[in-house]
Amino acid sequence: MALIDLANPTRFLSLSGRILPWLAAATAICFAWGFWLAAGAPDDYQQGATVKIMFIHVPSAWLAMMGWTVMTIAALGTLVWRHPLADMAGKAAAPIGAAFTLICLITGSLWGRPMWGTYWVWDARLTSVFVLFLMYLGVIVLWRTIDDPTRAGRAAAILTLVGAINIPIIKFSVDWWNTLHQPASVVKMGGPAIHSSILIPLLAMALAFTLLFFTLHLAAMRNEILKRRVRSMQLLQAEAAPGR
Amino acid sequence: MDLGPHATFIISSYAASGVILALLIGWIVAENRALKRTLADFEARGITRRSEERKAASRKSGPNKSEAHSLA
Repeated sequence: MALIDLANPTRFLSLSGRILPWLAAATAICFAWGFWLAAGAPDDYQQGATVKIMFIHVPSAWLAMMGWTVMTIAALGTLVWRHPLADMAGKAAAPIGAAFTLICLITGSLWGRPMWGTYWVWDARLTSVFVLFLMYLGVIVLWRTIDDPTRAGRAAAILTLVGAINIPIIKFSVDWWNTLHQPASVVKMGGPAIHSSILIPLLAMALAFTLLFFTLHLAAMRNEILKRRVRSMQLLQAEAAPGR
Repeated sequence: MDLGPHATFIISSYAASGVILALLIGWIVAENRALKRTLADFEARGITRRSEERKAASRKSGPNKSEAHSLA
């Protein structure tokens, strides 16, 4: 099936309806596996048991950035290719990305208190992730402010493309500036700097979180299609109302 | 499992993440149910989308050109 075939919302609903239960089941299995590995992972020699916070903090940080990346691709789909599902994909990803960013901020803060002695500092990494959270809220608000979905989609796509500049800033903030946050220890030149006993549970949890993201994104996109249908029916009802 | 002296921070992290994800999943599921209910309500009142009306009309008037071609 070509990508263009999915441009038909009815076909997308049918296909995603078949995929969604399998994706949800795979997510649940991966979470069970990830939690089992995380529970059995050894304490870090410096951080003790608080390293267990990493198993949710790091995947949510990755997905916070991936959410915006998905929205950026969708924004290109809206503005360049005018794919009918692109703005729905962008709109559906925003609250999910915001939720993962919030998890990243809260868990990072709760990890920072025992390790750094503070919940929060305005350093480059923490601030840029907080800006990402505000940008997610901005896109959500923009979608709610403009009634016409086509106009709202275009405005949100432009905001998303402008905001994409923050993604490399987040990634390289720990290299470009002096920050309290540690530098990259998994995705870096020379390979991961984490022992396999901790790395494997982390990757298992990252896989589970990623599957959850795509499951929720697919479900939210289906909701967007249904919302458009409700809207068109409301318009039809208004047109058919007596006195028009 | 011994979580050591910082157990509160670890448990709070997992609890906060669980609550946020549960709210997100709950919101998506609830919205889906509400939308399906609304659509069913519209259809029950005889209000259908234009594309559905066109499909129904073409079914009534017999196969169109492309369908006739594919049937030939």
